[in-house]
Amino acid sequence: MDLDPKIPEAPIESMWDTHKEHMRLVGPRNRPNYKVIVVGTGLAGASAASSMAAMGYQVDAFCFQDSPRRAHSIAAQGGINASKDYRNDGDSTYRLFYDTQKGGDYRSREANVWRLAQLSTDIIDQAVAQGVPFAREYGGMLANRSFGGVLVERTFYCRGETGQQLLLGACSALANQIHAGGVTLHARKELLDVVVIDDRARGIVTRDLVTGAIESHAADAVVLATGGYSNVYYLSTNAKGCNVTATWRAHKRGAGFANPCYNQIHPTCIPVAGEHQAKLTLMSESLRNDGRIWVPRKPADQRNPADIPEADRYYYLEERYPRFGNLVPRDVASRNAKEVCDEKLGVGPSGLGVYLDFRDAIQDKGKTVIGGRYENLFTMYEKITGDNPWQSPMRIFPAPHYTMGGLWVDYNLMSNLSGLFAIGEANFSDHGANRLGASSMMQCLADGYFIIPLTIGDYLSRYPYGDVDTSHPAFADAEREVKGRMDHLMSIQGSETVESLHRELGRVMWDKCGIARNADGLQEALKKIPEIRDRFWNDLRITGSGQKLNQTLEHAGRLADFLEFSELMCRDALARDESCGCHFRDEHQTEEGEALRDDDNFSHVSVWEHQGTDKEPIMHKEPLSFEALPLAQRNYKT
Amino acid sequence: MNFTLKVWRQDDAKDGGHLEKYQIEDIEPTCSFLEMMDILNEQLTEQNHEPVAFDSDCREGICGMCSMVINGQPHGPNDGTTTCQLYMRHFNDGDQITIEPWRSVAFPVVRDLVVDRSAFDRITQAGGYINVHSGPKPDPNSVPIEPDIAEEALDAACCIGCGACVAACPNGAAMLYTSAKVAHLGLLPQGQPERFERVQNMVHQMEDEGFGSCRNYAECEAACPKEISIKFIGKMNRDYLRSTLLLPVDRRGRMDSQ
Repeated sequence: MDLDPKIPEAPIESMWDTHKEHMRLVGPRNRPNYKVIVVGTGLAGASAASSMAAMGYQVDAFCFQDSPRRAHSIAAQGGINASKDYRNDGDSTYRLFYDTQKGGDYRSREANVWRLAQLSTDIIDQAVAQGVPFAREYGGMLANRSFGGVLVERTFYCRGETGQQLLLGACSALANQIHAGGVTLHARKELLDVVVIDDRARGIVTRDLVTGAIESHAADAVVLATGGYSNVYYLSTNAKGCNVTATWRAHKRGAGFANPCYNQIHPTCIPVAGEHQAKLTLMSESLRNDGRIWVPRKPADQRNPADIPEADRYYYLEERYPRFGNLVPRDVASRNAKEVCDEKLGVGPSGLGVYLDFRDAIQDKGKTVIGGRYENLFTMYEKITGDNPWQSPMRIFPAPHYTMGGLWVDYNLMSNLSGLFAIGEANFSDHGANRLGASSMMQCLADGYFIIPLTIGDYLSRYPYGDVDTSHPAFADAEREVKGRMDHLMSIQGSETVESLHRELGRVMWDKCGIARNADGLQEALKKIPEIRDRFWNDLRITGSGQKLNQTLEHAGRLADFLEFSELMCRDALARDESCGCHFRDEHQTEEGEALRDDDNFSHVSVWEHQGTDKEPIMHKEPLSFEALPLAQRNYKT
Repeated sequence: MNFTLKVWRQDDAKDGGHLEKYQIEDIEPTCSFLEMMDILNEQLTEQNHEPVAFDSDCREGICGMCSMVINGQPHGPNDGTTTCQLYMRHFNDGDQITIEPWRSVAFPVVRDLVVDRSAFDRITQAGGYINVHSGPKPDPNSVPIEPDIAEEALDAACCIGCGACVAACPNGAAMLYTSAKVAHLGLLPQGQPERFERVQNMVHQMEDEGFGSCRNYAECEAACPKEISIKFIGKMNRDYLRSTLLLPVDRRGRMDSQ
């Protein structure tokens, strides 16, 4: 497996500019001859598809929802980082790079992180030009808020709907290009395979979710912008439809899967209410700016939170991390919440919850200021739980939220499979072992607006256009495989439902490969997953037909892939015998219970190569170097 | 809690469709409406029947995919709420609940409770954007925007494109949806160059899609899960009128694409 990251030879500050200057180009007259497939229409997919189409490429965009605007980027709440330094608090490209690298616990590729920090400011300019109504100060200038893991104010926001507004911005550019004819939109079509011909990705096979038709689409390059795999846990903050299918199918066709064990458990979500629960809802991390997190000092304290006096309240983050307080990075906040609940200090009916209290903030800053910042989040919380955060503290608990792992890509965002690109959450590149708040949208849009439109040209210019179409036998073979799998799923006619099996897989993953992992638990999971998978393939029940809209069949196809992928996740977690960022191995912690890295043995990206079903995958390593920012123990205490 | 559900079942676009009765028992009050539907579907699968097809994705009220008419009201009885944010604690034990898809000529039923809302996308494609390519742009602080204007634009821009406005309107009008986008961009300085052309193009597309006209019933505002105000319809009408006076009849001098 060729894992050359293709990092340009130049000082890190000028690396991207130098790279751009030396890239091969496709001339404007030639661009319409090249066709690019973009799968997924979230922030990364919509920005990439619209940017490439605006340059002149022919783009085919795919989404499984009924409209591009439904992609789950829409649910991002808090904000987007950019090192504009509008607050005059000493922000810079270096600082954003430093924070991201440190936040990721030194497990990301420096070159990519620097470029991300550098492009962050352009994203804000682009979004504003599209009409994204960011919050403004009285004088009309853009407003900022602070976010976890950072000591400057660099987060731009639109109330608690930043993701929605940025996605609508990107989707409006996409709509513009659909209207102009540059983009052909394929809605309600799901990717079920990637077609590789002569070691180049040349197209995809999709299922029309309304008619069940299996169709082939050929192109000169394929871009996957298909998001992350948090739904492997069944309960997560992801949308119901989010899945690993596209990246997993690409992996099975030869693309390396990097760091699958890095997944972020977000600290501020609404606790599970019961067995019926279908998903978890995130409350923006921005709440931690003004909310104070605490639990009662006494175990099983049944008093109403308002009646618990100051002395009996344990503000554990403020006590343990005086410098960052409630604004420690997400992994640290989540792990601490789990710890206090393990010590039986948790609140709520299940004991799996901690308080997020706005009492003091409302007293100090007033209802108007707090309302201006969080009103919609308070309303959302009340809608779901029936409790009013103006009167009693919110209850929160961590939930799977974001996956830092993904397809391995080089500096050009191309996987080891020629012509297969991965952008946004679908790739692994920028967040290391933990992502800081307000940086996922930054990465999606940097990839989509500014990086892929250039690097795709560098790739395409090396090949003649349109030399393959869907009549190539590789498409017929892939279609046959996909049809076979669909028919097989429909033919099992057993007794267990997709929901129940998915829930079962989720519980195993949460228990054994969740906030904290250890070798014994992971070994146990590796035994249990194949058992569930066997039952899935032998005793699954799907009713109805595969030739019509059949949502159970859609879910079954996605679960089938999760049931294979989850094993790789555990294998990776087992192989990474250190703690770093969100990957917390019980065996490796400091005396204070913080993640203890082993830089001598694990300063690498783990890239897995598929060997065939029933064969153990092979792990390759991309070594990481730390030149711009030397390795240091992550410390949010002093 | 126990409920009697009357659910619209329709095999595909050509099928006539009918209401089917189901009993559902032991539902927790903390259960969301869609989780109750998930439980129903589990039951149906276990009994070897086909589950009810319905659209949903984010399940937190922002993607705009869920779309059920519950007891005659789009998204059910609560104000400012999408179907996925509705909880069974808002119903009484023993209630009969009727569940239907959005009803509109412009939103044909795909199956059961799933409808085709691509007409909305085509309205947006006709002009719901600012024509800018990706690339370097001026610093946004070079054009100050009053916070009140930015907030008002956001009040309109927070539309989730669910289509409840159309489902609620006796005329099946899409004025609230269209006007929200027209107002969002029309309020901001960035949206000025294309302001009048935009409103023309979007309104014409809206009419071509078969949506009805506005008669100020204001049902759309009442049903809107994001509580978007019908004042934006007034704004759109004013812009539309101005545009008919402002836009040149002879367009030969214009560049249509760049």
